[in-house]
Order: sequence, then structure tokens, then C-alpha cells
Amino acid sequence: MSVVTGTRGPRLHRFERSALTGVLVREVVNFSSYWRSATFSSTVEPTIYLLAFGFGFGSLVSRVGGYDYVDFVGTGIVATAVLFSSAFPAMFGTFVKYQFQRTYDAILAAPVDTEELVTAEALWIATRAGVYGCIPMLVAIPFGLDPSWGMFAVPFIAWISGYGWACFGIAVAGYAKSIENFSYIVSAVLTPLFLVAGTFFPISTLPDWAQVLANFNPLYQCVQLVRSAVFGVWGWEDLGRVAVLFAFGLLMWRIAIRAMMRKLVD
Amino acid sequence: MSRELAIRLRGVVKRYGSITAVNGLDLDVPMGTCVGLLGPNGAGKSTTMRLLTAQSIADEGELEVLGFKLPEESKQARAQCGVTPQLDNLDVTLTVEQNLLVFSHLYRIPRAERKDAIERALVMAKLVDRRDTRVDKLSGGMRRRLLIARSLVHGPRLVLLDEPTVGLDPQVRQELWALIDALRSQGTTILMSTHYIEEAQRLADTVLIMSHGSAVASGPPPELVSEHAGREVLEVYGPPKRLAEVEAEAGAAGLRTRRTGTSVSILGIDGRTNGFDHDGDRRPANLEDVFVLLTGEEIA
Repeated sequence: MSVVTGTRGPRLHRFERSALTGVLVREVVNFSSYWRSATFSSTVEPTIYLLAFGFGFGSLVSRVGGYDYVDFVGTGIVATAVLFSSAFPAMFGTFVKYQFQRTYDAILAAPVDTEELVTAEALWIATRAGVYGCIPMLVAIPFGLDPSWGMFAVPFIAWISGYGWACFGIAVAGYAKSIENFSYIVSAVLTPLFLVAGTFFPISTLPDWAQVLANFNPLYQCVQLVRSAVFGVWGWEDLGRVAVLFAFGLLMWRIAIRAMMRKLVD
Repeated sequence: MSRELAIRLRGVVKRYGSITAVNGLDLDVPMGTCVGLLGPNGAGKSTTMRLLTAQSIADEGELEVLGFKLPEESKQARAQCGVTPQLDNLDVTLTVEQNLLVFSHLYRIPRAERKDAIERALVMAKLVDRRDTRVDKLSGGMRRRLLIARSLVHGPRLVLLDEPTVGLDPQVRQELWALIDALRSQGTTILMSTHYIEEAQRLADTVLIMSHGSAVASGPPPELVSEHAGREVLEVYGPPKRLAEVEAEAGAAGLRTRRTGTSVSILGIDGRTNGFDHDGDRRPANLEDVFVLLTGEEIA
């Protein structure tokens, strides 16, 4: 007996738009059922930070790093919102979809490969982070942050940062043996990076070695880019910052794919 | 000789560390037929299913699905296959129709045909009036039907059903059998794994009995039964001591036996019995007799 032939469609490629679309459609349709809670957690938390630091610290210090404190925090907080709406949902969402809902088994049985699955998931989370990242900045406007044309660049900065952090979260979920392992990552990686990103206080107050290290912190680069955009103070060093964010995204993307290949295909 | 194969496996081996889950498996699934993979838990059925979608990569052997070589061309094969997993992985906060909509995209149904495809799947699964119900509000049987319908939304030529009725009550099982039978009569090729004897006997044109990762026998169920277990079986009940005596006598008469819980079954009682005669219940031989005989294992 011969194996059937004659149904060979066009050869399929490694990355296909229809595969990415399929995964994105699933996310968008699902989003309609949980957007309230996702929007709440991604925006309320950074807004609380904004208000707490703005009013708390703001009453002690009026100017920081050459800016009014509300301007300083209102821009820096974008990076916090991006982190909360990308790394965290990516970690938990990926683990739940892999381990508990077995969604990825269903998707990989369709004509979608792991690379496409991870890429589409990261694109979706990055897009959400691009939107959510702007919300605390918008909240800061009535508190004294002056609107500017440069604010229109912020969603793109938030998007590219969010892509890297989404891939970071997927990779963590891919390597984690249990959901409890996430606390190591949150305590040892995310919290320090989040605190020394120049969001709440300028990193110029830190020791020299910490300032050098901060350049490798994508959250710091995100904060600096947002300030350059919002206050219209672009400089050549901002190209370097964009390069860091791209490099972070690219590296994390490949690591996330590797992690999920290991987990999903045996 | 005339039929083409939808699936062809030759010498397939899959190891997980020191465990060999699939051990030199050969499998042919001719187009337009329903083949049942029958075996106890741990026989390698689910691993075989995962190999066919390249979610597991074989260590050795050749795999072809719909003319595509795996794992290299698996994506093309998957585009024309439907897969019903053993574990329910529907999106529970979405409605019935939304679940089908998502899969109509994942399986790349052109926009113009999407609506009809979803409608067809709803009809097939008898869920037309439940289209707007959230999955977590459906009964177990409805969820299973939706899971199968989801794998049919793109009109696949080949459907892989991994334990389609596991854990369901008998009435729901009957419903699903009707659904699978309808699919079969439409000419869809089916590979179904199961550990329910009755399911294999009713639905499969050909059954492949698996044990410890390889095929121990294959053929149409009636042929397998008559070849290995004869036409009739005599089941003798009694206390353990009595059963041991019956076994010994049957052995002396050249008859094969197997223990079935509280009784001993004497196989091939229709043939030469060499004077062996006991009171007991006569019943037709079935696939379970064949299975136990060939593998020495109980199935369920």
C-alpha cells in the first residue's frame, strides 16, 4: 500500500502569518472575558505607587534630578506599569495555559509551531503593555504632569519593553518546575530591577558600580527613554537605549522559545 | 493493496530516559477506515498519538501522515488532521461558538467559509441551541462533543481521537459512539485509541492491540477473536480452589484459560474439547479474551 499523496498544498514556512493570527485571535477572544480584572491589576497597582510616592515623597522633596517630583514619578512609573502588565501575566498565564488548562497542547496539534506560539503570545502581551503602560502617565496629568507631543512615543517605548518582559516571563514559566518557583524570580530579579530603574529616585544617588550596572537594566532604559520623549530632551544616548531594549527583546525571545520547546515537545 | 494509507509507521521507537514508551511500532491506517489502538493504560497509545502531531519526536523509525514525513513536514500534516485530546482543554470562559471560532482561525479556514464551518460543527455535535452557552456551564457529555466538534471544524481528512469516551457515563458514551460512527460513515479516516473493548469492537474496522509499546496483533475484530479465542467461551464460577482444578483440567485437555475475576474462562470451547465438560455459562468470545491471552494483562 502506498501512502496518500496529491494533497500537498503550498509548502509551509517557519513563520506564518496565519499561525500567528490564530493564536492572537484566541487571546483577543479570551480577553473579552477577563479584560476587567487584567485592566484593574495592570493599572491600579502602578497608579497606587504613583499616588503614594507622589504625595508621600512629593511632600518632602519638590524637585528630583532636575524635574518636579510629580513629573519624575509620572514618567518613571510607565516602566513599572509595563513590568506589571507584561512579565507577571506572561509568567502566570503561560504556566496556567501549559500546566493546568493544557491550551498549548491544543494549539500545537493545529498547524502552529512552538516558535510561532511563543512569538504570538509575546506580541499580544507586548501590545497590552503598550496600552497599559501609558495609563499611570495619563493619571499623572491632572496631578501636574504637562501633556506633550512626545507622549505619543510612549506606547512604542512601552511596547518594545513589554515584548522583552513578556518573553522573559514566558521563559521563566518554561523553566519553572512549579508556580512557587516564581517567587525566586520576583524577589531576586524583578524587585531589585524595579527599584533601581530610576523610577522613584534618580540612580545618581547610587554607588558608581550600581550606576554602571543600571545601564543593563531594561527598566532603567525604558524610564530614561520615556523621560526623553515626554520632556523632549532627546540625545544620542537614547539610540543606545533603544538598542538595549531591542537586544533585550531579541535575547529573551530566543530564550523563551528554547524554554517552551523543552517544555512542550518531548 | 488498492487502498492508500493515511498513516504509516515503521519501527517507531520513543524513549523517555530508561522507559521505552513506544518500542518498534508498525502501524497502517488505510484511508477511509477506522483503526482502533487498543491497550491498557501505559501501553503507549497516548505517546503514539503525540508522535503523530510531532508533539513528541521519535528516537527511531519512519512516520508518515497523509503523505508528509514527520517531524519535518508535520505542520502540513497537522493542517489536514483533526485532533481530539484525552484531556479536555477547551477555553472554559468562552462560549461554545467562540471556541469553534478560535479553532476556525487556528486551522486557517478562509473568512468566507468560516461561518458555515462553525455551523456544520455545531450541527454535528448537536450543540446548535447551546452556541451561546459558556463551556463551564455545559454538561460533561456536551463538553466532549464540543471537543470532538472543535477537531472537525476544518473538515479534516484524518481524525485522531485519543480515548474519546474516557471517564464518561455509559449513556454519554453511546452518544459519542453515534457521533464517531456518523463521522466514519462520511468517509473520514479515524485513528482512535481506547482501553474500552466494546468501543473498539463497535467502531473500529481494524484493531491493533498494543502492549508495552508495540503491536501484539492486528486485524478486524471478528477475525482477531476467531483466530485467537475461538467462537465460544465457557465461563465457570466457583471458589478459588475449584477454579484452580478447572484450570488444571482444561490445561490437560489442551484448552487455554484465563481468569476473569470470580470465574475462569475456557477459550475455544467450540473446537476440540478432548472430553472436557463443565457446567458454566457459554458466551461468545470477545476482544478482551484475545487481549488477555496475547498479553497476559487485564485491560481495564
